[in-house]
Amino acid sequence: MSLTPEDVSRIALLSRIELSPAERETTREQLNGILGFIEQLQAVDTAGIEPMAHAVDVVQRLRPDVVTETDRRAEFQAVAPETEAGLYLVPKVIE
Amino acid sequence: MSQWEVVIGLETHAQLQTKSKIFSGSSIAFGAEPNLQANAVDIALPGVLPVLNREAVVCAIKFGLAVGASIAPRSVFARKNYFYPDLPKGYQISQFEIPVVQGGGLSIRVGEHEKFVHLTRAHLEEDAGKSLHEDFHGRTGIDLNRAGTPLLEIVTEPDMRSSAEAVAYARALHALVQWIGICDGNMQEGSFRCDANVSVRPVGQKEFGTRREIKNLNSFRFMQQAIDFEVQWQINEITEGRAIRQATVLFDPDTGETRAMRSKEDAHDYRYFPDPDLLPLEIGDDWITEVKAELPELPQAMQARFQADYGLSAYDAAILTASRGMADYFVSAVAAAGAANAKTIANWIMGELAARLNKNDTDIEASPISAPQLAGLIQRIADNTISNTIAKKVFEALWNGEGQTADAIIEAQGLKQITDSGAIEKIIDEVLAANAKSVEEFRAGKEKAFNALVGQAMKATKGKANPQQVNELLKKKLGG
Repeated sequence: MSLTPEDVSRIALLSRIELSPAERETTREQLNGILGFIEQLQAVDTAGIEPMAHAVDVVQRLRPDVVTETDRRAEFQAVAPETEAGLYLVPKVIE
Repeated sequence: MSQWEVVIGLETHAQLQTKSKIFSGSSIAFGAEPNLQANAVDIALPGVLPVLNREAVVCAIKFGLAVGASIAPRSVFARKNYFYPDLPKGYQISQFEIPVVQGGGLSIRVGEHEKFVHLTRAHLEEDAGKSLHEDFHGRTGIDLNRAGTPLLEIVTEPDMRSSAEAVAYARALHALVQWIGICDGNMQEGSFRCDANVSVRPVGQKEFGTRREIKNLNSFRFMQQAIDFEVQWQINEITEGRAIRQATVLFDPDTGETRAMRSKEDAHDYRYFPDPDLLPLEIGDDWITEVKAELPELPQAMQARFQADYGLSAYDAAILTASRGMADYFVSAVAAAGAANAKTIANWIMGELAARLNKNDTDIEASPISAPQLAGLIQRIADNTISNTIAKKVFEALWNGEGQTADAIIEAQGLKQITDSGAIEKIIDEVLAANAKSVEEFRAGKEKAFNALVGQAMKATKGKANPQQVNELLKKKLGG
């Protein structure tokens, strides 16, 4: 399988990444290279093998349900571009 | 003119009643000032890692057990990728291919008609923050307190065939999640939110029509209105030759209309993949057994028990187990007044009490008359201290707080039933003497005249005579 320039544009849009035509071509070549690796992997017969959800074969550790965090809003908001009344401000989002 | 069949599936987001967030140690208490409960994980600072809250998993197991679903021995968290400022990571942690709860279902009732709604799945995920679109000089304000609140998303099969069935399912689910204590059910605060997938098809057609999803229905009334409007809209579109396009729509309560928000991104656009920050969640049989032991008796089991132990009808048992509050009230009243009075208690709860609560827009949990108080009243009916008519008076007095117990009110207001037959006979004699015309009419064969005489006797005792006794004594006197 190989990606077309249109496929790359669509992926870039979904990822909110702006690509110039030259970058799009480079990215397309790189992605196709990665897909090439995957094609090699897919050649391996994995019938009857349960897919792994993670590269490490251990299970999720759980946390007790306790509130451990305190208010650090002032510190966090000191590095935010814009805040008001405790809110982070962003360009208007219209549905 | 073809007949249309409505097809509805519901997706419900229930906020889980934990203390902390699903992947961080921030509080999830409602109503804090903006961003005071948003820590480094919730605002997605680089380098942070999610750690799963054990209690959120317990809630999911409880739900799975309550709906007869299978609990996945191994489930996987996935990233659902999309961009929106109230989702600072750029993805929501959810479950996709292997959810924690699979299958199961809920019995619902619409009038006398019962139906089983199948569940597809229920999965754990995190809530997003909130966007505030007003008042920030053309900017949007972001509050991330809600970001990371644990949610259980409960998805049905497209089993419902009318707005009434959809509402009945939503109500049953709403009652169940509160019953098992995993969600507070507060719809105003957004703890329980429903999305409805609605389509129509000509009766007899096998394939489903194209669906539109109505988002964020936060009341049962709006759900009914929104679905009814949407169904009519879809039928009109198709009848006029326009195809339905898959879309997400919003319901506007002011106009009662639904309108398209954006064309629905297909599932592929979310580019789900297993979250490398989280390992598979394993739930062993021993853990399930442990959670099962903590579960309260479920509504269906309780219904069956009420029918078997107290001889209640299926309908009455269903009403009394429609909410945890209702069931607790009934159980506590029966404990106080005895099982022999269970049927009377049921009638009073569903009749007088329900009507009063409804009229005053009060929940049974906040009833001015407590279960032991109602039990006390019903015991006095049972032992003939008061008649049903007087009991209504005592009920009224209890409701208004005129006394602590039925006994105190009966005593203070002199409402004790007159059962002394000598006293009743004396009153009947007086009534007969004063109503010679009715007596004549009765003797002439007018049955109605008898009732008039009973009425007069009851009136003369201010309703305190035992009506049965008055009947018998009066019959005897008129017959003799």
